Amino acid sequence: MHDLMLAPALGCAPQTIGTVTITENTGVALASVAARHGKSASCERVLKSVLGAVPDIGKAVLRDPEAGFWMGPDQWMIGAPMETHETLADHLKTKFGADASITEQSGGWVIFDVVGEKMPDMCEILCNVPIRKMDAGDVQRTLIHQLGCFVIRRTNADHIRILGPRSSAQSLHHVLTTAAMAVA
Amino acid sequence: MIIDHPLLGPRDSAEFTYMGDARLIERPSPDAEDAAAAFYEYAYLRDNPAGLHRELWFHEAGDRSWLVVTRNTVTHEIAKVELATDVARAKGRST
Repeated sequence: MHDLMLAPALGCAPQTIGTVTITENTGVALASVAARHGKSASCERVLKSVLGAVPDIGKAVLRDPEAGFWMGPDQWMIGAPMETHETLADHLKTKFGADASITEQSGGWVIFDVVGEKMPDMCEILCNVPIRKMDAGDVQRTLIHQLGCFVIRRTNADHIRILGPRSSAQSLHHVLTTAAMAVA
Repeated sequence: MIIDHPLLGPRDSAEFTYMGDARLIERPSPDAEDAAAAFYEYAYLRDNPAGLHRELWFHEAGDRSWLVVTRNTVTHEIAKVELATDVARAKGRST
């Protein structure tokens, strides 16, 4: 086995602007699950065994170590700590077998945690999700700076997690810091 | 314009991409005797109604589902929104 280090998308330090702190989260492994034709029910059974519940439409199941959210009809994203679940996709494939297509997604996304009192104000500048109406565990895919991103409302009221396209990590980080400055 | 997504509720139409006439779901059989004529019509001929029009919209900046939106081309009023998978399956496709 090669002893390789995972490279972060940006590797930037957490940045506090006003009340809002923007942190690149490099500690999450991701894999997507797409139910194959006619296999929704059996996929939901496996999801329940992995997550404890099937994420409802527009919702996440936030738990440790595996968490997951609904991406679209018969499609879910599963996340787990990178330290212990680097091979999450392989692990899920053994569970779902031929019922679902599993795709490794860790290399496709950059994750930013945005925490702070003015997070909702900042969110309203960035995208059209109804952040003040969202509860913990609500997820919405939306456009931020022309980039398709997932916005996940986390357990703490002032915390959102943003998943964006990794190849545009710097653009996304730029617009996050710009919006944070605007509300600071 | 707001599109009332059957799963996600009202969403800004800017999140969607227009993908053409909903008749594109009804692809003719390539094995039929009149396949060449049917495909000519399928590929090139479209109605252009001033009034209700059934059209495909792709939720590109959302859950990536395809919708069949019945829209009044004169007023932009949206009369009905369905998941394209439901429409296609009701026609016996991909069941």
